Amino acid sequence: MLSLNRISKTYKTGTFGGKDLVAVRDVSFDINPGEVISLIGESGSGKTTVGKMVLKLIDITKGSITLDGVDVAHKQGAELKTYYRHVQGVFQDPFSSYNPIFKADRVFSLIRSEFFADMPRAEWDAKVDGVLRSVTLEPNQVLNKYPHQLSGGQLQRLLVARALLLDLKILIADEIISMLDASTRIDVLNLLADLKSRGLGILFITHDLSLGNYISEKTVILRRGSVVEMGATDKVFGNPTHPYTRMLISSVPQLHKKWAQIEQELPAPIAGRGGCLFHEAYPLAGRTPDRPIDEPTLARVEDDHYVGCFELDSEKASQVA
Amino acid sequence: MSLQVTDLMVYYRTLAGDVKALDGATFSIADKEIMGLAGESGCGKSTLGNSLIRLDGRMKYIGGKVNLDGAELPIWDNAGMNEFRFREVSVIPQYAMSAMNPTRKIGKMIAELVESRGTQFSEIKDELEKRIDHVGLTQDVVNRYPIELSGGMKQRMVMVISTLFDPSLLIADEITSALDVSTQRAVAETLVSFRDHGYVKSMMVITHDVSILYQIADSILIMYAGKLAEKASTKTIIDQPRHPYTQMLVSSLPEVGVRYADKKLTGIPGSPPSLLVPPTGCRFRARCPLAFAKCVEEPPFVEIEKDHSVACWKVTGPNA
Repeated sequence: MLSLNRISKTYKTGTFGGKDLVAVRDVSFDINPGEVISLIGESGSGKTTVGKMVLKLIDITKGSITLDGVDVAHKQGAELKTYYRHVQGVFQDPFSSYNPIFKADRVFSLIRSEFFADMPRAEWDAKVDGVLRSVTLEPNQVLNKYPHQLSGGQLQRLLVARALLLDLKILIADEIISMLDASTRIDVLNLLADLKSRGLGILFITHDLSLGNYISEKTVILRRGSVVEMGATDKVFGNPTHPYTRMLISSVPQLHKKWAQIEQELPAPIAGRGGCLFHEAYPLAGRTPDRPIDEPTLARVEDDHYVGCFELDSEKASQVA
Repeated sequence: MSLQVTDLMVYYRTLAGDVKALDGATFSIADKEIMGLAGESGCGKSTLGNSLIRLDGRMKYIGGKVNLDGAELPIWDNAGMNEFRFREVSVIPQYAMSAMNPTRKIGKMIAELVESRGTQFSEIKDELEKRIDHVGLTQDVVNRYPIELSGGMKQRMVMVISTLFDPSLLIADEITSALDVSTQRAVAETLVSFRDHGYVKSMMVITHDVSILYQIADSILIMYAGKLAEKASTKTIIDQPRHPYTQMLVSSLPEVGVRYADKKLTGIPGSPPSLLVPPTGCRFRARCPLAFAKCVEEPPFVEIEKDHSVACWKVTGPNA
C-alpha cells in the first residue's frame, strides 16, 4: 500500500527564488492494491506534481510518502532501485517518451540491463512475450519496430508492458490516454482496469471527469494544490458537495444530456452554503474561517466521502484528523 | 443555402507522394446552422477546415467547388481569397492562445488588422466594445498585451476579433481542446451565442470531442480517412447512427455515469489506413465488423432520409 501523508510541494519562483509557489498543499490519500484512484484536476491544480513526487522525480517539501509502511523520502542507490521495481510511471505523450533514433523495444532491454542482468536470454524473451500479451499486443507486430511505425495506443501499451516486467505494485498513469484517439483510448483504459483486477494499485491522473468516473473506485479532486473533495467515486460523482466539484461536473460535456439539464439534475448539496478558503468567490471574504489554515481542511460528510469546505454545516461534518 | 461544398479534394505534397487527406467531400451548411465536424486524428477534418480559408504551401488543390452565399470561393487562389477572408470566411485557429501578436497591445493590433482590410478603427470601435462586454471581458483589455491575459481570456478575445466583420462562415478548429472543463463550457456557449446574436451566420466546429458537439451543434459530420462517413442532425448521430464507424465511435465514448464495473466499453480494433496509398473501396472496410464482398467498391455518400447522409453499402433508406 502506498500512503501519501500530508504532502506539500513549494516551488521557488521569481528572481533568485524569492517567491514561493505552493503547488501542492497538504494532500493525503492511500492507494491500495487492486484499486484505481483517479486524481482529477484542471491545469495548474498540482496533479502532475503529486505523481512526480510519488515517482521521486522531485523532492517533497513537507509530509511523507510510505510504501508498505516504509518512508521513501531518503531512498538512494540500491534501495531506490528496489523502490522503482515496485513503483513505475507512464506519461502523457507516447511519442516523446521514446527516443526516436532507437527501436521502441529498447525500453525493454534497458530494464533488462538494469534489473535482470543475469537472466538467460530465452527466459527473458518469454517474459517479454508474456507481458506483451497481457497488454493485448501481438509481439511480432511491435518488437523490432521504430516508434514512428507504431500507433500512439501501441506505444502507450508498450510502456505499460515495460512497467509490468518489474515486480510492480503501483503504477502512476499521468494523462496516459489524453493524446490517444477516441477509438483506441478506451482499450488502454480497459487495460488499466484489467491490471487492477490483478492486484495492481493505479494512480490515474486525469483532467477528464468521465474517464476518472469510468475506471476508478476512489476519486480525489484537486484545486490549486488542495484536495477539495475525495472519497468513493460513486459518492463524489453522485453527491458532489463542494461548489467546485459541482461546477466541474455540471461543465463536463456529456453525450446524452445537455448542460442545462445536468445542472438541474444535480442533487442538492448535503450541506454547506459557500465556497472554501481558496474559492475565488469566497462569500465571507474578510472573515476568518473557523479553523486555522494549518489544520486538516477535510471534513467527513458521509462514509468514505470527504470535503474540504469551511462553510460545511458543522453538525453533519465531523472533522477528521 | 449558406455554404455548399462539392467534391472538394485537397492533397498534401510530400516526398513520398501525395497524401490524400481530403478525398472528395460534398456537403452543405445552412444559414444559422452550427455544423460539427468530428473524426480521429489524421482523418482530414482540419484539412477541410483550413482549405476553406487558406491552403498552406504543402496543400495542393485537386478539384471541387466551394460556394458561399451564391459566390464561388476561389480557394486555389491565395490572393483571390483575400477578398473573402475575415469578411466572409473567418477562422478561430487551433492555437488561439498564441494567435495574437505579442508585441502589440490588443487594441493597437485590432486597429492594424481592420485597417489592413480598408476599414477605419473608429467605424468598428462601438461594435468592438459591445462584443468585449458580450464575452465577459473588461474594456481595458484593449490596452493590455496578450501575455497579460489568461488562456481562456485570450481565447475569447480571439473569438471577438475573428468575428468583428460578421462573417458568413466561421471555422472553429479544435478551439476547446486545450482548455479546462469549466472554460471549455464557457467558450462553447459563447460560440452558440455568437450565432444567436447574428455575429456569424453559420459555423463549422471542428473537434475530436463528440460530446462537446452534442452540446452545441445542430448537425454533425463524421469523417474517416479523408472521406465523409455520415452527416445528420446531432440527435440522429448520437442516438441512431447508421454508419458502422459512427456507431462504434459513439459507443466507445465514456460518459459520467458509465462505470467499468457496470458496463465495459469497447474500442475499435485496428488503426486507420495510410492516406499515402489509401485502400480502394470503403476505407473503413478493414476494421468494419459488417464488411462484405461489395465493400471493395467505394460506397457513395447518399442521403438515406431527409438530412441524413451515409456512405455505407449496408445502409439503405427510402432514397438510397
